[in-house]
Amino acid sequence: MTATFTDRSPRLIRFARRVPVWIIIGLLLVVVVYPLFWLLTGSLKTQEEFLNNPTWALPEDWTNFSNYVEAWTTGNLDVYIRNSILAVVPALFFTIVFGVAAGFALEVMVWKGRGPVLLAFLAGIMIPGQMILLPLFTIYFRAGLTGSLWPLIITYTAIGLPLTVFMMATYFRSVPREVFEAATLDGANIFRMFWTIGFPLVRNAIFTVALVQFFFIWNDLLIALTFTTRDDLRTIQVGLLNFTGQFGQVQYGPTFAAIAVNVIGTLAIYLFLNQRVMKGLTAGSVKG
Amino acid sequence: MNRVLGDPRAILVLLGPALLVYTLVMLVPIFWSLGYTVFEGNPITGFEFVGLDNFVALANDPKIADALVFTLKYAVVLTIAQVGFGYLLALIYVFWLRKASSLVRTLAFFPVVLPTVAVALLFQELFKIAPVNGLVNDLLNLAGIPSVDWFASPDTAFLVLILMDLWRSMGFYAVLLYAGLVDIPDDLFESARLDGASGWRLVRHIVIPLSLPVLLSSIIFSVNGTLKVFDSVLALTGGGPGNTTTPLTLYMYQTSFTYGEYGYGSSIALLLTIICLLVTIFIFRSSRRDLTKG
Repeated sequence: MTATFTDRSPRLIRFARRVPVWIIIGLLLVVVVYPLFWLLTGSLKTQEEFLNNPTWALPEDWTNFSNYVEAWTTGNLDVYIRNSILAVVPALFFTIVFGVAAGFALEVMVWKGRGPVLLAFLAGIMIPGQMILLPLFTIYFRAGLTGSLWPLIITYTAIGLPLTVFMMATYFRSVPREVFEAATLDGANIFRMFWTIGFPLVRNAIFTVALVQFFFIWNDLLIALTFTTRDDLRTIQVGLLNFTGQFGQVQYGPTFAAIAVNVIGTLAIYLFLNQRVMKGLTAGSVKG
Repeated sequence: MNRVLGDPRAILVLLGPALLVYTLVMLVPIFWSLGYTVFEGNPITGFEFVGLDNFVALANDPKIADALVFTLKYAVVLTIAQVGFGYLLALIYVFWLRKASSLVRTLAFFPVVLPTVAVALLFQELFKIAPVNGLVNDLLNLAGIPSVDWFASPDTAFLVLILMDLWRSMGFYAVLLYAGLVDIPDDLFESARLDGASGWRLVRHIVIPLSLPVLLSSIIFSVNGTLKVFDSVLALTGGGPGNTTTPLTLYMYQTSFTYGEYGYGSSIALLLTIICLLVTIFIFRSSRRDLTKG
């Protein structure tokens, strides 16, 4: 008996000591995951269910997608998502191409004054968007661009540059200089070197930076709200902000469905690329 | 070698586009906006030179004082909450979950990637009172507590705002701080344990001092981000009730676009930028100190 006692008690104690930890973890997961589950189940409920059943009740019909149809057609979600894609994709492309090239020029190439230029880019990270909003509005207004998505594309490209340049410069710094010096001795042309040596070496980093910028641009509200002067130019964030107004306060289902659509997109990306997203977003934390 | 790596034509081609866009769309508007501070008006009605009137108004506007106090209160409270909870989570990851923490870390991080507007609308529904209760009020009723109209009073609206942003950012700071904590060498803990330190004493005398640099930069990142809060406030409370949850960013937006006062709006933006600048100086100071330490 003493043998079993000494045999079992440390394991029991270890188990007992882990119980509070599991409670904390369980609580954490409920707090983090349940609101989302509540949102998704809510998007499948009818208006009667919202009014008559308790809020935690599960939907009576799990295949009731009428709220999504309603949000998509009457709520103009299709237009908003199209606008978001039309603004985000070109802006992302320009930010990455310009930012990677600038990072290479500022970190790999040797010239006077690259320190101050890098610092000038860095200063852009801390400038609040409000500081450039009003002059930009004047410029776009005078240039006659206010009726298009161009103000969004241009502004997103510029605002994304400081962080892209900063992160790319950091990644290029981690490539051993000998790689580039050896290439120059082999007589490689600088553009060839950028394309065949520099670019492949930081390809993964570029993908990470692009992911980070995608989340920043896609989730932006301030710029989109300022420069979308017409209803049919709204991005998904601006559209969603005015969504309850379109349906009136009482239409629960379509509102839940619209929020769910907006959430599912970024969530799907995170599902497949979570480690990379976590690494990228924490690396970009200077942005605050 | 330097002839290739220092080729001015190549530098121009590679750096030119970025520098041009950055200069035209960010640097020029910054100075342009500085110029606006001595004018009043907007592009549609035209501008009128008013000298330093905007700054005088800035100093005497009680709404500015309210917005400034709210901005600072929000930044301080949320920074303490999100870095505090993040640190707690990071400690759980490192000391209790160890290798098994990957899944929990990934799950706790996901609210970070969700659009702020979507999260704000979700929290509006969660804390709803009319026409039917949201989840929170239903749970309160279940516990025998009457429903609360969360967005009707400044204090409860502030509480919901902090809870929402804490929900969004906790996992982010946990991962950021976790990265700093796993870098602490294991032998340090072993020797401290051999010396008889455990539990809270181990945390206080070994863990906190050794993770101080990453803790400090988290605090600075957090302050820098929270000072610029806009999306979550606008989408959750719209600055209300009244203007009790209106930060400087939102007040600047309202004066500029609701009232068309570009000059006054620019002055508020300048005030905000100066505050952010002061914080950034701290960032560079502390990060430089870290470099000399490590």
